[in-house]
Amino acid sequence: MSAATTTDAGTAGPGSAGPLQVRTARGFREKHGRRATVWAWRAGLLVALVAVWQVLSGPVLDPQYVSSPQGIWERLAGWIADGTLWTNTWITIQEIVLGFLLGAGAGAVLAYLIAPIRVVWTILDPYVMALYAIPKVALAPLFIVWFGIGTDMKVLLAAVSVFFLVFINTAAGVHQVDSALVDAVRLMNGSRRDVALKVVLPASMTGLLTGLRVSIPYALIGAVIGELVASNRGLGFLISDSSAKFDTDGVFATLLVLSVIAMVLNGLVGLIDARTSRWKPLDT
Amino acid sequence: MSASTIVHPAGQGTDADGVLEVRDLAKHFPKGDQDLVALREFSITVRPGQFLVLLGRSGCGKSTLLNLMAGLTRPTSGQILYRGTALSGPSTEIGYLTQHDTLMPWRDVTRNVEMPRELRGEGKRSRREEAQRLIELVGLGGFEHHFPRELSGGMRRRASLARMLAADPETLLLDEPFGALDAQLRTELQGELLRLWQGTGRTVVFVTHDIEEALLLADRVVVLGPVGSVLLDVDVDLQRPRDPDEVRVDPRFVALHKSLSVALKEGAR
Ligand SMILES: Nc1ncnc2c1ncn2[C@@H]1O[C@H](COP(=O)(O)OP(=O)(O)O)[C@@H](O)[C@H]1O
Ligand SMILES: [Mg+2]
Repeated sequence: MSAATTTDAGTAGPGSAGPLQVRTARGFREKHGRRATVWAWRAGLLVALVAVWQVLSGPVLDPQYVSSPQGIWERLAGWIADGTLWTNTWITIQEIVLGFLLGAGAGAVLAYLIAPIRVVWTILDPYVMALYAIPKVALAPLFIVWFGIGTDMKVLLAAVSVFFLVFINTAAGVHQVDSALVDAVRLMNGSRRDVALKVVLPASMTGLLTGLRVSIPYALIGAVIGELVASNRGLGFLISDSSAKFDTDGVFATLLVLSVIAMVLNGLVGLIDARTSRWKPLDT
Repeated sequence: MSASTIVHPAGQGTDADGVLEVRDLAKHFPKGDQDLVALREFSITVRPGQFLVLLGRSGCGKSTLLNLMAGLTRPTSGQILYRGTALSGPSTEIGYLTQHDTLMPWRDVTRNVEMPRELRGEGKRSRREEAQRLIELVGLGGFEHHFPRELSGGMRRRASLARMLAADPETLLLDEPFGALDAQLRTELQGELLRLWQGTGRTVVFVTHDIEEALLLADRVVVLGPVGSVLLDVDVDLQRPRDPDEVRVDPRFVALHKSLSVALKEGAR
């Protein structure tokens, strides 16, 4: 018989051996203090960098090569005013999003179809790896021949890079599924469908998410490379056009826009990540 | 207080009225161009309602045997009959608590416990209610929405036990269920298990390497040696309920402890 324990502070765990759950009142500082400090440092660092850049550009460094925050800002303002920025950004965003969705969708679906069938996977594995190892930039000339120099070529170039990363990571996730969990579902008389939906799918989610996360920059790279190689619109075009005119401000302004796009995309995946990984222990 | 012990000749037990009948079971694991023999010519009959404890040192094939009895793996040769029909795969009538936890890490306690009923297609409300009842039964009330990684080993065992019971099996296979727990918790869970078993007509096959645990729980103890050879097969007629502290000084307990211990040591040679 276990001795009865009474606690006012919270609920005792079963068998008086579990942890105690205690309600606590945490202040703003305790809850958000660390985050606030981190963000303050980030902002401070950015301001410092911009200030140093602005001060050095001109007296020490040639603005023709390194541009300057003010130059970038003026170029951006001009582009925003005449609509150049938004038109070209929108085109690139469309290529990135379409390429990403296409590549990720195809990669995930194919991985879930092929990876569970071990024999097929083993047969295809070396070919997949060989294709994966091809630098996707090297495909650009071929894609121009196949799909022309329109948007399709950029979308597909982005999609190909994303495809392999998502495909390989999802397949790895599927292969790492703990067979003991599959057995647990078999013991409950679960069907193959149950195994697929209730074990393989959630267990491989980390692999899929890893694939999505690492492939995001590659969607950007694919689209921008496509535009650099052959295009008359998009942010890649803006870069090549600006540099052809020795307009360093324009090049840096476009790079700034590209990194903002990259940050937004990363934030989106972070959101998915947070939702699906709730079962992971929180590290505080 | 006098208890009688019936000692069967090793390896025998072919009563026709067994729930589980294991005949000439062998299990080989292919390894390179050799076979690793985990189990050889093993036979046993488990009677309905019996609390059978399989006692053996690690590596003697206990888990291999339970995997076969649960229908998870196929024997290399031999046969397992469950209620007279050959076992061809997992059955919901047989609940199996594996040696290692297999709770789904992405499901909280409630969603883990209700899983067998979910796969059966039972409605959300009734399976939730049943899950709640079982969670209370194993003493996990208050931890319904904790994920497995947020629980201690003992609490995960309880959750696994509750999940197994959710399928409402009539035969329980338990593989060293309390092996990694502290003595206190182990005693508590042993008590809970006995309460779950007594008066329900359920049959239990319980694997352990702990002689005292075997004697506290069992109607019958089978001592296994290498490759599943039966070293000893004894009925434990100690009176129930067996108080862990009192029964230890019971002369019958001491005598049985001695013979089991001797059998285990002999098997090691
Ligand atoms: N899946 C497997 N593949 C190869 N060998 C195995 C496998 N499972 C068990 N064995 C071997 O079979 C023997 C018995 O293992 P096991 O049944 O786990 O023992 P116990 O549960 O009694 O400790 C061990 O020698 C082990 O190495
Ligand atoms: Mg074992």
